[in-house]
Amino acid sequence: MLATFIQNVINALQWGSFYALIALGYTLVYGVLTLINFAHGDVFMVGAYIAFFVATFLLTALGLPGWVALALTIPLVMILTSVVGVTLERVAYRPLRRKGANRLYVVITALMAGLILEHGNLALLGASRKAFPPLISEHVYTIGGVSFTNLKVAVIFTAILVFIILQFIVTKTKIGMAMRAISYDKFAVPLMGIPIDTVIVFTFILGSGFAGLAGLLFAMSYPVLEPYMGALIGWKAFIAAVVGGIGDIRGAFLGGFLLGAVEIMVVAFFPSTFRDLIAFSVLLAILTFKPTGLFGIAKTTKI
Amino acid sequence: MTQLHVQEKSVPVLEIENLSQRFGGLTAIANFNIALGENDLTGLIGPNGAGKTTVFNLVSGFYQPSEGEIRIGGTPIAKLKPHQVTAMGVARTFQNIRLWSDMTVLDNIRVAQHYRLGYGFFHSILRSKTYQQREAEITKEANNLLEVFDLIRYRDEFPGNLPYGTQRKLEIARALSVHPKLLLLDEPAAGLNSNDIQDLIRLIRWIHNTFDVSIWMIEHHMDVMMELCNHIKVIDFGETIAEGSPEEIRKHPAVISAYLGDDTL
Amino acid sequence: MLRRYSVHMFLALLGFVLVYLAYNELVNLYILSILMFMGVNIILSASLNLVNGYMGEFSCGHAGFMCVGAYVSSMLGVLLFAKDKVFGLPLLSPEFALYAFPVLIFAGGVAAAFAGLLVAIPSYKTRGDYLAIITIAANYIIISGIENISYIGGSRGFMGMKRLIRSMEDVVDLPWMLIWVFLFTIFSIWILRRYLSSTFGKGVSAICQDEVAAEIMSVNTNKIKTITFMLSSGLAGIAGGLFAYILGYVNPGSFNILKSTEVLVMVYLGGMGSLSGSVLSAIFFTVLLEVLRPLQIIKWVVIPLLLIILMQFRPEGIMGNRELGDIFPWLKRFYRFK
Repeated sequence: MLATFIQNVINALQWGSFYALIALGYTLVYGVLTLINFAHGDVFMVGAYIAFFVATFLLTALGLPGWVALALTIPLVMILTSVVGVTLERVAYRPLRRKGANRLYVVITALMAGLILEHGNLALLGASRKAFPPLISEHVYTIGGVSFTNLKVAVIFTAILVFIILQFIVTKTKIGMAMRAISYDKFAVPLMGIPIDTVIVFTFILGSGFAGLAGLLFAMSYPVLEPYMGALIGWKAFIAAVVGGIGDIRGAFLGGFLLGAVEIMVVAFFPSTFRDLIAFSVLLAILTFKPTGLFGIAKTTKI
Repeated sequence: MTQLHVQEKSVPVLEIENLSQRFGGLTAIANFNIALGENDLTGLIGPNGAGKTTVFNLVSGFYQPSEGEIRIGGTPIAKLKPHQVTAMGVARTFQNIRLWSDMTVLDNIRVAQHYRLGYGFFHSILRSKTYQQREAEITKEANNLLEVFDLIRYRDEFPGNLPYGTQRKLEIARALSVHPKLLLLDEPAAGLNSNDIQDLIRLIRWIHNTFDVSIWMIEHHMDVMMELCNHIKVIDFGETIAEGSPEEIRKHPAVISAYLGDDTL
Repeated sequence: MLRRYSVHMFLALLGFVLVYLAYNELVNLYILSILMFMGVNIILSASLNLVNGYMGEFSCGHAGFMCVGAYVSSMLGVLLFAKDKVFGLPLLSPEFALYAFPVLIFAGGVAAAFAGLLVAIPSYKTRGDYLAIITIAANYIIISGIENISYIGGSRGFMGMKRLIRSMEDVVDLPWMLIWVFLFTIFSIWILRRYLSSTFGKGVSAICQDEVAAEIMSVNTNKIKTITFMLSSGLAGIAGGLFAYILGYVNPGSFNILKSTEVLVMVYLGGMGSLSGSVLSAIFFTVLLEVLRPLQIIKWVVIPLLLIILMQFRPEGIMGNRELGDIFPWLKRFYRFK
């Protein structure tokens, strides 16, 4: 019984890691721009596909050994995915922001950008699913009835590492402080001599870079890729970010792990078709009692 | 307790007893007491952050007090929502003008009549007799009010296109359109130039003489307060530090030290 | 006097022409179905505009309420009037279907309106993006709730509504589906316009522009929010019911977030707070979807791209928050838009 429980906890941590890594992209962009970047889930999907092409190229065309290929794939995927994210920002969002469009029009643009990524992929690569090449050999360890793979552990540790790095960036570095400053006061920040566009681009680099990393890890863990893989997981990660308290990095991680845990526990006790139903109901309940999320600060209306 | 200004026979329009309000660990209002009679013109002053607007928010039902009781015309307002408090006869304006910017001046007045519309969703869909009648009455009254306030020529304008002083006037007119017994004015002179301020003083005096309403106002322009109010209450850090007639307040040592800082220290 | 009824006459004429064309089979079934989907889309975008445009909330789960309406009216219809392997023999004679059809659609609308409470009640305390999440969650909950009821087909869906339409046409041989879609579309716009132009309904705009001022100036914001959300989701339910009967078949998958996104696009394309904008953009969007159908999968690259480009040039939608009468003042002679 205890073994099953621990097993579920490990599964939940791994599953939650993906949500957490994607949710932080939503939260970072939201924190800086108060923009729900609905294309983010699809950026994650693009990240997984980039990982697929990079890894296949390194393994088959160059014939590199798996661990070298992995070591090269990680930075390449992160860089290429951030290019995608920043391109979206430059091409679609920034012009609208400059025109002072209602922020919901930017949200709709983000939704449209997501659709383009999904269906563009479908049009270019066809509907057939891609099988991700194994980069490292998976080992299964079993300790006292609890089995876990080196990959699962790596995913969990990566998520924790990313959390620590991000906390450091946001609280200790200059650009991180600028990010927080923008979320407090968008109008004062340019007056203080902070280059607002640089900060925004940096935010998108961080968010999409880690979405790319999540894509790579996801592809390694579940090595079947399809164009719609980002949509549902993206929506869910977004909800996780909000449940944690959108705009707060701790919230994104907590929300991500919470959602992962709820989903794994539901599947452990109910038919798996109930997963979405119960997970979303739990989230709805949390938001009803804590409307601004777990870490969110209630905005007091100033009169 | 100085309650000399209350006319003895009638129930006070507003009574506040031992009102305290805490936000987390911060005490915004401590042990606040006041009673306003009909047709009073009372002032509430204090340095920035003294808790003046918090008192107004409590009276208009926007916050629920931590302690104490607020009564409008003798009826406690605990647990009532702001729109219910308004229906009981409390209207207010805001520090920063809060008109509905995408509605015409006329609609700004008409929508404020929600508390006595007397019809609901189905009437509005079916355009029943009640609906027709009530809409006609409300429109007529709104037109009259705009006429009285000399705003009728702006009837179909959007508030954003009006001069700032006129927007203030419109907001006060909108507040009066709910037939209040108590009118709360939160810094009505803020952002006005000296000409506008003279107009405002005349306007408030005219309202005071024309309408059957007790006015309670917050203002930083002392000349406005000295000229208009017959009673002033001074608070600092949520506590009452002085009250009395304008002359008494002007000379009160606690007021001087609160505003100018205590030189003796 | 003539002018006063010109719009009524125009609509009557339009309806008559459509029915005439359909009855004499002068337009083919394909065009006919596009016309009907146009009506459904008009109802959807106008009703979502009530919440997103006029009240300033950001609801992105409209398809969920559509789903409730679709299922309730379909199941009720099949239960009462058609022979079905789930519900067995019809409870009433199929001939009555003709008269009962609007009741069925209304029943779906009422059920959807109550489902709207799922969003309306949280909206008392929260708004903006947090409410947006609640609407998304509501959409997912409704869909996966229905997916898990295998009695009504689960994710495979529910069918049998065609039989109802056929039995209506057996009684009086007219293109009934077209007629009902036409009437319900007009009904929806009519109800929205009347609500929004009353002083009572202008409380909706008051909440949008300044909720604090609305509450202080005696608008019962919770009541208005409840009514508005229920009206919006109720009309979505009506649209869903019509949608189900047009297709003759529903499955939960057709009411997913993608469908909600389509409706969102129509609202923002038309312009927030413009009923005529919503109508125009629903027509435009429906036609666009059909014109680009030959592109197959690339359609879903081209359409979002077009919309992105369109929004770069008109970041406030086709109409902004104006109505047709503000752009073509001569129209005001015939029709008051606000």
